[in-house]
Amino acid sequence: MKFKFNPDDLKSLVKKSFSSDNINKRRQSMKFFWKNLPEQIRRLSVVAVILFALPLVVRQLLIPTDFGKYGHYRASALDEIVSQEIHYAGRELCNECHDDVVEVKYNGYHKTLTCEVCHGPAFAHTEDDAIELEAPRKRSYCPTCHEYLPSRPSGFPQIISARHNSRKACIKCHDPHDPKPPETPRECKACHAEISYTKAVSKHVDIPCTRCHQTPEEHKIRPREVLPSKPHNREFCGSCHALDAESSEDIPRIDLFEHERRYNCWQCHYPHLPEAN
Amino acid sequence: MKKWQSENANGMKRRKFIKNILFSLAALTTPAVLSAQEALKKLQTWIIGEDYNPFEHYWGMGIDINKCIGCGKCADACKKENDVPKAPFFFRTWVERYRIFKSGKTFVDSPNGAINGFRKPYYESEDKDKVIRSFFVPKICNHCDNPPCVQVCPVGATFKTPDGVVLVDGDYCIGCRYCIQACPYGARFLHPEKRTAEKCTFCYHRVVKGLVPACVEICPTQTRIFGEIKKKASPLMRFMRKHKIGVLKPSLNTEPKVYYANLDMEVR
Amino acid sequence: MEEIIQHLTPLVKEISGYIYPNEIEMHWSLLIVLYPYITGLVAGAFILASLVKVFNVKELQPVYRISLLTALAFMLVAPLPLQAHLGHPEKSFEIFLTPNVTSAMAMFGFVYMWYLMAVLQLEIWFDYRKDLILWARQEKGIRKWIHRFTSFFSNDISEKAIAFDEKAEKIITILGIPSAFLLHGYVGFIFGSVKANPWWSSVLMPIVFLFSAIVSGIALVLLIYMIVTPMRSKQVDMNCLDKLASFLFYAMIVDFSLEILDFIHRIYESEESIHILSELVSGKLFISLVVVQLLIGMIIPLGAIAVTKAFKAPAELKKLIYFTSAILVQVGIFSTRWNVVVGGQLFSKSFRGLTAYKMTFLGLEGLLVAIAILVLPLIILYVLFKLLPPWEEARMKIPVIQENINENN
Repeated sequence: MKFKFNPDDLKSLVKKSFSSDNINKRRQSMKFFWKNLPEQIRRLSVVAVILFALPLVVRQLLIPTDFGKYGHYRASALDEIVSQEIHYAGRELCNECHDDVVEVKYNGYHKTLTCEVCHGPAFAHTEDDAIELEAPRKRSYCPTCHEYLPSRPSGFPQIISARHNSRKACIKCHDPHDPKPPETPRECKACHAEISYTKAVSKHVDIPCTRCHQTPEEHKIRPREVLPSKPHNREFCGSCHALDAESSEDIPRIDLFEHERRYNCWQCHYPHLPEAN
Repeated sequence: MKKWQSENANGMKRRKFIKNILFSLAALTTPAVLSAQEALKKLQTWIIGEDYNPFEHYWGMGIDINKCIGCGKCADACKKENDVPKAPFFFRTWVERYRIFKSGKTFVDSPNGAINGFRKPYYESEDKDKVIRSFFVPKICNHCDNPPCVQVCPVGATFKTPDGVVLVDGDYCIGCRYCIQACPYGARFLHPEKRTAEKCTFCYHRVVKGLVPACVEICPTQTRIFGEIKKKASPLMRFMRKHKIGVLKPSLNTEPKVYYANLDMEVR
Repeated sequence: MEEIIQHLTPLVKEISGYIYPNEIEMHWSLLIVLYPYITGLVAGAFILASLVKVFNVKELQPVYRISLLTALAFMLVAPLPLQAHLGHPEKSFEIFLTPNVTSAMAMFGFVYMWYLMAVLQLEIWFDYRKDLILWARQEKGIRKWIHRFTSFFSNDISEKAIAFDEKAEKIITILGIPSAFLLHGYVGFIFGSVKANPWWSSVLMPIVFLFSAIVSGIALVLLIYMIVTPMRSKQVDMNCLDKLASFLFYAMIVDFSLEILDFIHRIYESEESIHILSELVSGKLFISLVVVQLLIGMIIPLGAIAVTKAFKAPAELKKLIYFTSAILVQVGIFSTRWNVVVGGQLFSKSFRGLTAYKMTFLGLEGLLVAIAILVLPLIILYVLFKLLPPWEEARMKIPVIQENINENN
């Protein structure tokens, strides 16, 4: 005989079992319903209840109480994260005791630097002055920012430490709180290192910067406010490179009227490293 | 990126809104809609206290590549502020140097995450005249608006706060490292001692007290800008008005909240 | 901590190009290679069993119970490598407490429990119930009680009850096929849904996982059948073996086509990641992908089985070819899992460099634990074979004169 599951069987079983509303009868009919289920179902449902219901109860007990308060996470995690210790005090706090130094710094080139850049994390020090901060005095410290690197933005003051007063500590000449050079730099490369070293390997190595850029003295003191000039037409380059220019014969010549007239020279040739294909 | 503009007035995040609607639909009852809004109101009383209400903020960071001098002070300060393991394999933020050569090759490096800066003197760098452009790029967790790490965390140990910061609950993390796999930016690591996931918190412990993250505080050239995304007057909004900005790996739709000015196509 | 740093430091030298500084540590190592390998065997063995019940492939009857027990033995071990690789194994229960609905991994516990409890064990229980009752009646001592307990003290062997068993079994198998697909397709999804990783992120991943699972499962049952039968000094059923080899062959063809499709698709689309991926495939993954996975694990066994089909080989030669092919397939599929899991972490997400992996021998994530985890299911299988003999001759006939049994005792 093949067992066929018939939904009507179950329906009639349910009907047969639960037809009466007399409580005593109902209890008996429950028993009747249970007994008439296939044996396998009865055994398995007991096992299923033990295996699933029990873990479900345990699960409810184990979920952290603050979980899901704000989102799918433990709300107290935020408390823990926020309670982390602060090490860097921030720039406002230094002012309270060291307003004289801050004042000096505020007007100098290092005005954007917080004290903690060089002196290290200072929060502990603000609570207890017995804790002293570092004050780097070695020559090796400043080049972290000021050593020449081709990747640094042009205009940022850079030196080659091996060639720049190689035995003196930086702070002998520069006050780190107001690091203006002891004398106005004669050479442009003090700030324009990238351009200067690019030019150094180019054909234009012997041309001084001032040949193309008229530079007011004031630029060396207020570099961003007073700007040097720049050439603004083809004829300027032509003064050396035009066919009829009165310059050394080794210099490459170009017919200014024929050669790519729609462009200015520096749109294709970088003047600090001029290349022709 | 301009997503905060399309948000509704009560500042509810759109995603959360959609989620609520879906949940409500699933329940198919009006009380469910009401209870969802009730729950949101309850959220306003925040665990951090009266001084700081995360529903009034939405944080992001701006990074101007043209300003970065590669001193690595940010990476150093981060390790000190957050007690990140000193070993050179664990970073919450680091600085990369890009050198793009005429041949089309790109050379990237980040020695010890640039914690000691880049010291290679000019005369040792390869064929200087063959580099066409070169720059530094600070990297940090992008605190994505659509964070893949939060999506994959099996237990809810990493999450996004209402003010848009992605955090890790170190006590709850089981150390499965799925989030580390899911982060496209390599911003996460497994803490070698705690054996749980770790990442940048935007110095949340500082931010809730009105300070800026340590890396922003320390940056000598103000390459890094920290601020509100939602408010009109904030240093970050000023930054975003002033520059053309890009984000890292936009095609992955993670919607980063770290915005780069002067981003180069070679940066990944 | 020192240990980890000591482990990582020499790896720095093996890195080529640029990787993000946090990427030096490989997070999913050998144990996570085992996880999809083992669940693949489970799913494959189960699908083989369902061929008998659902598709009425009569020839495979001798391996029906073997494949069910094989699936069970490996299923019991499947969560172990996951558990062992966690940073905090003791907190793993959290995955049941607060599963994150958007996390593929959070669903693992539920998919696993569903498959183990509602499908695999239930099917085995229904299949063995009659035999358990009859065995228990003849036996004494501990075996009697084990069999009584495993049948949950069931007693009913009426015709109606047995018909119910068969019906239930069939329903469970029909439910079981999508469940087996779910179990392993889901494992593929864990990897395939990681958009940050171009080596994993593929819609084909669950399907490739599935078919490689079927391949590995059939090959495993074939191996077990061929090893165990002579050990019991019985004759191998050649019809059954031929059928197994045929199904292995077809599954391999599908698997191979899918893998090649994935490969061609990647090359043709040639996305941003293609440079680093081709560097990976032609370098660090060449041996394990091209040589082991494709050549040794796929092309050679495919060719060998094809030859036995084309030329009527003598039985002994066929057996030899089937046996070696099945071993090669196992090596190949293990290598497939390796190439997915480890390969996906051998390149930086900056797409600018390759990382390195050094297997440890000792430690929770080391080779020793991995070997132990691979041997453990074989031990479990041995015990299962002893307790629930899957052999045809162990099947009991219902006694003609039925005792009058009280259903309620």
